[in-house]
Amino acid sequence: MSGTGLLAGDLLAAGEDYLRCIGRADEFGAVDLVVGLLADGVPAERLLLELIAPAQRRVGELWAANRWSVAREHGATAVSERAVAAIATRVRPEPTLGRVTVACTDGEYHALPTRLLAEVLRLRGWRVDFLGANVPGPHLITHLHQSGPDAVALGCALATRLPRAHATLTACQAVGVPVLAGGPGFGADGRFARLLGADAWAPTADAAADRLAGGLPSFATPSQAPAHLADEEYTHLTRRRGELLTGAMAALAGAYPPMAAYTAHQLDATAEDLGHILDFLAAALYVDDVEVFTGFVTWTRGVLQARGVPARALAVGLRIFRDELRDFPRARHMLVRGIEAAHDRGADLET
Amino acid sequence: MTTTRPAGGTDRMRQSTHVADEPPPAGPGEELLRAIVEACSEGVVLCDTDGVVVMVNAAAARMAPEILPGRPAASGRAAALFGHDHPEGDSREVGRGHLRLRVRREAFGVAHHAWYLRDVTAESARTDALLAERRRTEFLVEAGRRLSASLNTRRCARTAVELAVSFLADAAMVVLPPTGRRQAGWLRSVAGQHSLQEGAVTAASTAQVPGLAEALAGFPPVPSRWLDPGQAPRWLLPDGFGQAGHLLVTPLPGNGVPAGALVLARREGGPAFEEEDEVLVRVFAARAGAAISAAALYQEQSATNAILTSDLLPPALPALAGLELAGSLRSAQQAGLIGGDFYDLYLPGPGAAGEPLVVLGDVCGKGARAAVLAGQVRQSLRTLLLLERRPERLTSLLNRSLLASPSPNPFVTLVLGALRTGQQGHVLLDLAVAGHPPPLVLRRDGTVQEVTAGGSLLGALQETVMTPVTVDLAPGELCLLYSDGITEAVGGPTGRQMYGGQRLMQALSTCAGMPASAAVERLEQISTEWLGGDVQDDRVLLAVQARAAR
Repeated sequence: MSGTGLLAGDLLAAGEDYLRCIGRADEFGAVDLVVGLLADGVPAERLLLELIAPAQRRVGELWAANRWSVAREHGATAVSERAVAAIATRVRPEPTLGRVTVACTDGEYHALPTRLLAEVLRLRGWRVDFLGANVPGPHLITHLHQSGPDAVALGCALATRLPRAHATLTACQAVGVPVLAGGPGFGADGRFARLLGADAWAPTADAAADRLAGGLPSFATPSQAPAHLADEEYTHLTRRRGELLTGAMAALAGAYPPMAAYTAHQLDATAEDLGHILDFLAAALYVDDVEVFTGFVTWTRGVLQARGVPARALAVGLRIFRDELRDFPRARHMLVRGIEAAHDRGADLET
Repeated sequence: MTTTRPAGGTDRMRQSTHVADEPPPAGPGEELLRAIVEACSEGVVLCDTDGVVVMVNAAAARMAPEILPGRPAASGRAAALFGHDHPEGDSREVGRGHLRLRVRREAFGVAHHAWYLRDVTAESARTDALLAERRRTEFLVEAGRRLSASLNTRRCARTAVELAVSFLADAAMVVLPPTGRRQAGWLRSVAGQHSLQEGAVTAASTAQVPGLAEALAGFPPVPSRWLDPGQAPRWLLPDGFGQAGHLLVTPLPGNGVPAGALVLARREGGPAFEEEDEVLVRVFAARAGAAISAAALYQEQSATNAILTSDLLPPALPALAGLELAGSLRSAQQAGLIGGDFYDLYLPGPGAAGEPLVVLGDVCGKGARAAVLAGQVRQSLRTLLLLERRPERLTSLLNRSLLASPSPNPFVTLVLGALRTGQQGHVLLDLAVAGHPPPLVLRRDGTVQEVTAGGSLLGALQETVMTPVTVDLAPGELCLLYSDGITEAVGGPTGRQMYGGQRLMQALSTCAGMPASAAVERLEQISTEWLGGDVQDDRVLLAVQARAAR
């Protein structure tokens, strides 16, 4: 309960209204709602973390459940961006703490959670440079030389960006700036942040702000690359990605005759789906964690089922790669576990 | 001595076996043994079961004259040498005045034990000197590594004070050279405190610190013993530090000009700065100065660069009555984010007539050179708009200006669009397309149409041909301008396919119902994923959308 007397339940009710507004891409409605709550004395940080953040999580769930279209999902997110901006222009505390650079990993487009972190840090008194989504590594490093922050907060929402997040993290540390890692990509318990040598990890924006307030090392030192990368399965898999996908598309056409009637767009979409399998497999190899891969398979199965696509289609793709990747013991093991997850039972591996 | 020597004679057991019927030879007498012990360079103190000294040799008497026969060994000053808990056979080192003694205890039967004393003063001084030298080398290696990491002045200065506090002093301050406003910024670190302290003093105040004004002017350092720590002003040391016992002020030599000064303080009662400390600090200051100076040079150049390139970055797109604009520029030159693709928005000045105008274009090449030409095109358009607002006339004038440009390849393709508001929330877009990929229109139902408005590229031919066209956007509908960096991106699942116009149209059709900003972000994301991390050409997108009805 906040000092203003607004109960958590009231904010929950406001959350329903807020979700309705962003679901209609009603920018004015959403902005009016948050500005009204601010005027009622609800602290800005609570609005960001207890109103906007949960609504955005619901948006993702509604899309996954096929209840919202991709257009509606993107529209809602764009409106939330405006709502965050509206709060940021109205509450501007004087910076009293150090300077922090907040960025999403190269290739990462889920910028809103990272934006929320940037705003929370600003509210707590940090001077924040928010570089936005998909920040190219060289640009981030140039920025670090120019601004000399005390820390970088690096967001990674998807495990597939971990190799690039690792490169960015190491580059930041090489110029001496410590890195606080956050976002689901680093694992629910932050295990990949530790594996890849981040100086700190936090599960939520407020925890990240607390962690930064506690102080990071003033000078960072890059850690050694994980030992399991020595088998080069990750390297070879990513290098052969195009070739593997071309082969898999041909094999799939043989195994699944209706593909002959696919439009160019359907073929693209199929290749893209197979590409995602390889990307998550590569990420799982990079961090040597089978759950990165089985988690992706389980999630995809749910998304496909919501759209009336049988899990068999996913399992066929996984089998093709399992048969293709003979010289990759770690990858094959992960694919076998992925096939189990696609069926949600381990009995019929040889079907 | 007679022993049986078996053939080969290598078995030590057998060698030492006495023949039973011969008596062992007589050993040395007590006098002889006493003389041998007396001549030993190692001190020997023989004690009985009660720890009372039975015998002391000359060496032991030299090292500890108070040890006398008939008195307990561990009495008086000698108690520090002989501990009750000293394990038998072990050695340990004990300081005794300026001496360092190594003490060992041996037991002889149940009745006697002996203490052996060895003077290792010289030996341990050599070892200490070697270890100190190794620590200094390790410190300098670590300092070199950390100081070379950053090109940021503040971070370099911070690293310098934190390193200095870890090894050289109880408090360390870097004072940077006074700037144009006659203020000298400083950073300070104190042993045992995590946070860095920062501030600034007037150039005049620096003269209050003995030796600082000289150091900032680049004069060689003054030995610490000549500086009176009592004269240090209050601002130099943190609250609660107390009076400094010793001060050392060292210039930070830069590239040609001084990079500041390093002020080190040790607490009262702490060790003074010896000559070898001062030598080490000078070597450290040379490294720190070089790093700070290089960083300052980089900062100055990047600040200049930022000013020069600020006009080359895409402009902010304000909300306009009845329509939404959204743009995205991904540059192939990733560090500076500038390139040959560009977009811009021109609003009529206050009170001036005319409609807002958008432009999106692509100049030949990429990187800084292309960005400069793109900037010239944007600036030329701004000037020409004072005289002419009809797109086809504008492109013709721009063509003539490009032909007169000194640039070797002043080729530009672009789309110009004048924005008018129509009836019932419609937006009318008068488009001129000069050798550029055709704009796309996204209708409310998700249909995507290509705009057929032809025209020649600019900067190549004397005469340009232009067929302007007007696009009518109903509320929610959107017109997308883009560069060939989007459509010609090579990648996709196999890594070898060109993205192409068909895929762009397909992707755009999935954006029906989205606000312009979301549509642009989605298209940029799809394009980035198509490239799969590869960087090929600049990519630019600009969407004009008639605002959706509420």
